[in-house]
Amino acid sequence: MRAFAHLLDRLSLTASRNAKLTLVRDFLRNTPDPDRGWALAALCGELTFKAAKPAAIRATIEARMDATLFAWSYDYVGDLAETVALAWPGRPGANRPPDLSEVVDALAAAKRAEVPVLIEAWLDALDADGRWALLKLVTGGLRVGLSARLARQSLADLGGVSVSDIEELWHGMTPPYGDLFAWLEGRGERPAADRPGRFRPVMLAQAIDELTDFPKLNPADYAAEWKWDGIRVQAVSERGQRRLYTRTGDEISVAFPDVAAALEFEGVIDGELLVMRNGAVGSFGDLQQRLNRKTADAKLMASHPAGIRAYDLLLAGAIDVRHLPFRQRRARLEAFVAGISGERIDLSPLQPFADWDQLGALRISPPGGDASHAEGLMLKRWDSPYLAGRPKGPWFKWKRDPHLIDAVLMYAQRGHGKRSGVYSDFTFGVWRDEAAGVGRALTPVGKAYFGFTDEELKLLDAFVRENTIEKFGPVRSVRADGEVGLVLEVAFEGLQRSSRHKSGLAMRFPRISRIRWDKPARDADELATLERLLAQSAGGTVNR
Amino acid sequence: MIRPEALLHPRPAGLYCAPGDFYIDPVRPVDRAVITHGHADHARAGHGAVLATRETLAIMASRYGKNFAGNAEALRYGEVSRRDGVEVSLAPAGHVLGSAQVVVRWKGLTIVVSGDYKRRRDPTCQPFEPIACDVFVTEATFGLPVFRHPSDAGEIERLLKSVGQFPDRTHVVGVYSLGKAQRVIGLLREAGWDRAIPVHGALEGLNALYAEFGVELGNLARVDPNSRFGHAGEIVLAPPSAISTPWAKRFADPVDAFASGWMRVRARARQRGVELPLVISDHADWDELTGTLAELRPGEVWITHGREEALAHWCSLQGLSARALEVVGYDEEGE
Repeated sequence: MRAFAHLLDRLSLTASRNAKLTLVRDFLRNTPDPDRGWALAALCGELTFKAAKPAAIRATIEARMDATLFAWSYDYVGDLAETVALAWPGRPGANRPPDLSEVVDALAAAKRAEVPVLIEAWLDALDADGRWALLKLVTGGLRVGLSARLARQSLADLGGVSVSDIEELWHGMTPPYGDLFAWLEGRGERPAADRPGRFRPVMLAQAIDELTDFPKLNPADYAAEWKWDGIRVQAVSERGQRRLYTRTGDEISVAFPDVAAALEFEGVIDGELLVMRNGAVGSFGDLQQRLNRKTADAKLMASHPAGIRAYDLLLAGAIDVRHLPFRQRRARLEAFVAGISGERIDLSPLQPFADWDQLGALRISPPGGDASHAEGLMLKRWDSPYLAGRPKGPWFKWKRDPHLIDAVLMYAQRGHGKRSGVYSDFTFGVWRDEAAGVGRALTPVGKAYFGFTDEELKLLDAFVRENTIEKFGPVRSVRADGEVGLVLEVAFEGLQRSSRHKSGLAMRFPRISRIRWDKPARDADELATLERLLAQSAGGTVNR
Repeated sequence: MIRPEALLHPRPAGLYCAPGDFYIDPVRPVDRAVITHGHADHARAGHGAVLATRETLAIMASRYGKNFAGNAEALRYGEVSRRDGVEVSLAPAGHVLGSAQVVVRWKGLTIVVSGDYKRRRDPTCQPFEPIACDVFVTEATFGLPVFRHPSDAGEIERLLKSVGQFPDRTHVVGVYSLGKAQRVIGLLREAGWDRAIPVHGALEGLNALYAEFGVELGNLARVDPNSRFGHAGEIVLAPPSAISTPWAKRFADPVDAFASGWMRVRARARQRGVELPLVISDHADWDELTGTLAELRPGEVWITHGREEALAHWCSLQGLSARALEVVGYDEEGE
């Protein structure tokens, strides 16, 4: 536990990717099994616990120490896990500190009511860093700024293998990964990844740079198809196991039993999950109704039936076809999809084109129907094998230009982590007519925290500090009226009706595309502009 | 018995002893001052007469020049000096070289003004000496239960482990020039780090002063002024203000470290962009503050600066009478 705590502590304050890799690799090298495996699982978000509720932890410490002193401490530190870790009054004669694996085993075996008792005894046995790590672990969410991908990269470094080797095996492995470590350290065979229904690492595309990429590319080398605006999925049906995964390998079959039931084939396909009604695709807003649900609602399944538009074929029957060129996989995919009964799975049609200009015209003005719901186009080299990760060159995404509006900065919030001292989360608004005679007022329409450079962030931060009207904790309201106000050009991908927002609409993927220091706030856009955009499209959503 | 306020009471310039006509650590120039230790917020220039340890006077002279006061009188620990019938003596406070508690006795009443203090071992100064008293005047810089400094040897071990893990990077440790710099050097030497330690020019004066007083610091070097991405694998000491500045960019992919009690709280480290926080403090932590009060059990506790409300609250839970003195001007952040 000590080594794990030390690792989390360092990771939480380390920004450099290489330094993080070194920290994790050294930890994996120097920590014995099974602790390192459990730690890796925790870092990759693959450990699920009977989570301890923050309120229960708070109650535990308040039984131990004066409530006023605790309240002042919490006030000062601002993070419950950290406050408890630091202020915990230990009892003399505590046990030795637990190993990470003891914690994992005990929590797995414990009844829910026993969890607080276990945690209390461990808090007594650990030092402050250990307590912090334990509390982060049991309250879920380590949030130390390490992606699962980076963790697996460290694992690859440890064994001197490529990260795609790890990715290929990863989803067939279960913690604490003893056989995986044995292989990486040359003590054992390469573990068999052959678990029916497992996830295969997904191939991703680079965003195309129109100026530099196109001159180098030959249109004859590439196939084009729509980039559908749903979520990328991998549908697996293998020896009786039917599973639906997101592109990061999270299983979502439970929320989509209608789709899982329709996987009437033996193999693995890559495609876009969409709401599909009688063969016509719905908007992203439609699909969103069905996302992030733990169970499927029968009524919702009837009103928002989901299906898959297939892009690619990974496994046909028991034959792995990923090494074949896209041209051959595509031919097999067409035959494969044609053989699937039912209407929930169809084929994403290729878009023939002679040159880039012709394709560009298609991108800008797609024909009506389904294509109006595409985010843009995908370009795939005819000769590309299906590779894990995001290789540069074989696949490109060519998105449609985003919508742009000019909005006015209204509130700013301090960021987190590296940005904790800087106002970096910006809420912006547009003008709305108030009751007759009152004139116009700004109404917030969204929030963005990226799209600007570090230099621009400094200027934005300075603007916020100089024009603060009020402070509410980490949030400042900024002067924004017709005279003084900062105009932000905001790019976004879509609009949707929303009852949760005062303006009645919500933006999809908003980011700051330019800071308009030159533009007076009174010339920023009006809510009516957004309303018109929304009205132009059916169903209360706008998508790009 | 007489009221302790008759002997000492706060005034705008600082804690004032009326029967002896002197101030303790006054924050503005006065005629007569007794100084607990050399940190700038406690030891200011321009007093008429100063009474302090020989070390503290030397530190003041090195900071402000020889004429930092009209008259300077040195007092050894335990030696008594009289001021108009008031007995004044100094006892070690364990904070930095020469730091002292001021013991004031008058008509059977004893007040101890601890100044800044700590209870744990420090290779560069004498340990705190508990003195029985009627009133104990304490600091409360780390007067919250979240401030529990871990073992300093453990913190140095973390630093050395990081140096081992990142041999191609320079570890630049922010340290205050008086006390912290020399203590960190001393702790590094105890941990077996016997290589030359490059130090920022701003630390050289006090390092030399410590060496004159017999504190062994080993081989110190100057930071190479022309270095580009140099000093890889070394530990460099610099004032905290030099961390993450262009000055520090000359080093090889520097790991920014900072040795301070404030580093106990992660948000503080993050705020300063510190990659390797080292919780090493010259102030008493919560356990030392409360442990000292429990040990002395003075009739009254007066709290000068820091988080006085939490410590006063703790005292009330223990049945100790406590009050916060309204003394302004002491630095509550610098450490």
